[in-house]
Amino acid sequence: MKCSEFLQELTNYLDGVIDDRTKSELEDHLSWCHNCYVVCDTTKKTIEIYRDSQLYELPDDLRNRLRSAIVTKCQARKKADSGNA
Amino acid sequence: MNTIQPKVVEPVSDELTLVQAAKNGDVSAFEELVKRYDRNVFRIAQHITQNREDAEDVVQDAFLKAYSNLKQFQGQSKFYTWLVRIAVNEALMKLRRRRPERTVSLDEEVKTEEDSVPREVADWSPNPEQQYNQAELREILTKTIQGLPQTFRTVFVLRDVEGLSTEETAEALDLSIPAVKSRLLRARLQLRERLSRFFQRREPGEPKLEIEDGDGIPKIERGDGNQ
Repeated sequence: MKCSEFLQELTNYLDGVIDDRTKSELEDHLSWCHNCYVVCDTTKKTIEIYRDSQLYELPDDLRNRLRSAIVTKCQARKKADSGNA
Repeated sequence: MNTIQPKVVEPVSDELTLVQAAKNGDVSAFEELVKRYDRNVFRIAQHITQNREDAEDVVQDAFLKAYSNLKQFQGQSKFYTWLVRIAVNEALMKLRRRRPERTVSLDEEVKTEEDSVPREVADWSPNPEQQYNQAELREILTKTIQGLPQTFRTVFVLRDVEGLSTEETAEALDLSIPAVKSRLLRARLQLRERLSRFFQRREPGEPKLEIEDGDGIPKIERGDGNQ
């Protein structure tokens, strides 16, 4: 297996959605190709670091404000719809 | 090497009941759905629009649109996937209205082949998060992901940050499964390569990088200002 073939399968490998035969070919490649091992390992870390990063958390005050605006608009919509019915 | 353990958004068992109640006009049932997913919708909207005010508008518009169109939701997919699809569309419309000059066609972006094989492979420090404090790390992650083309960024956020499956991501973005996989691979590799500039293993005394404004490209910390 070449490095480019390994990279094409990287997403499936990390997501655990490959058949056993391809998986063992990939792991054989990883056992001797240091570059691909590093790419695979650090790509996995990249995903984990973003998944755990909690970027753009919604602050409570903004959250309450948005929710109350949404509910008010939904109630107005409901009223308009029942008026038209 | 272990596989990624996805962060799964499990549908809560009473969700269809809530949807049904909301369809029958129960606004408090819909409010419960808003409470469940407003954080997710906000994150997705902010990642796509890269603007806080736009993201706030998208949250409101997406939920209102979902409420108004609840009858169209047939329950074949999860409510969350259906909602994400609406939110992504609202966010993309916002982006087009605000910054038409920065809109690039999908095909143009996807043709970029340069990142398919990493040019330079640097291993990372054992605990890259510990090289930077919390605020620095947030800034690095934010600027780095903002530098990705929007189409890659959106797939990465839905799939890897929000935990949608490949099929759900395809449905939410109206893409084929191979297109989702291809964009996800590119997004993951590009992010990895960009983060490597900050997290690569360094010799003792070698300066760490600090992020520059704008494009997410790091610069060497000179050390002649603050200690």
